[in-house]
Amino acid sequence: MSAVHLKLGPLSGVAKEALLFSYDLACEGTILEGSTLIIEDMPVCIYCPECRAERHTSGTGQMQCDVCGHTADHVLCGAELELSALELIT
Amino acid sequence: MTTPRLLEVRRKVLSKNDAAAQVLRQRFQAAGVCVISLVSSPGSGKTAFLEQVLRNLGGTHRVAALVGDLATENDAVRLRRSEQPVRQIVTGTVCHLDASMVETSLSDSGWRLEGLDFLFIENVGNLVCPASYDLGENARIVLLSVTEGEDKPLKYPSIFLGADAAIITKADLAEAVGFDAGTAHRNIRAVCPGAPIFEISSKTSAGMSAALDWINGVSSARQQ
Repeated sequence: MSAVHLKLGPLSGVAKEALLFSYDLACEGTILEGSTLIIEDMPVCIYCPECRAERHTSGTGQMQCDVCGHTADHVLCGAELELSALELIT
Repeated sequence: MTTPRLLEVRRKVLSKNDAAAQVLRQRFQAAGVCVISLVSSPGSGKTAFLEQVLRNLGGTHRVAALVGDLATENDAVRLRRSEQPVRQIVTGTVCHLDASMVETSLSDSGWRLEGLDFLFIENVGNLVCPASYDLGENARIVLLSVTEGEDKPLKYPSIFLGADAAIITKADLAEAVGFDAGTAHRNIRAVCPGAPIFEISSKTSAGMSAALDWINGVSSARQQ
């Protein structure tokens, strides 16, 4: 196993830095030893009632539309903690 | 050198908990029990609020509570004063409850879920990890005490985002600590759009009736 691909959203409650820091230690003595953790940062998407569309929001502390600044109706994505793929050397 | 082969997995890391929570949710639904969980930072008044809720609802409904902590049975001892069934979940070093802990505690309790109207689950005091774990509950309440500062929702958005209602506790201390209710409401709305906000004091019981009405409303909505 040469790499583990993970999708990580800012609302997952998981700190990227902490995960990367502990990864090598957690992999020691397992088939993942020596593999790399590749994290894909996911955006926070909201439904904006003003734009009537799915929009991104840049701040996780404020659920506001990046386009018009209106507060979100609800959040559509951004809580991902998903194992997306494994890289294998065969 | 061989080129690595990419194997797509697309599996949620917490899928095991999600599956266990789904099983619980179906059990709760089949038994007709309304399940409400409480999350907040340590010391913001979850147990004091729950004491009031058990006392108030206990007169007219069949209620029970599970309460999580890293150590001690202190909270369960406090809550048992309400003379309602209460069980402590001691998590050891784990900073949150997960669905399997709830399942195990319910199995050990010997409670008949069919004999309950409400089950309350008080999570471990923590504004981070509990956000990621579905417990199969019908609704989740996040609590914020006036002594914590108005910007807590902005600092810990995930836990507020996942809540169905927010309760500001220790309202009797608001003036003494210079709590700005307007800012707190704005901050909660910014990260938790649409959720109702209640201000209560478990000490004086102020605001409790509105929060209890909301809890009753969750149960009624579930039955429809």
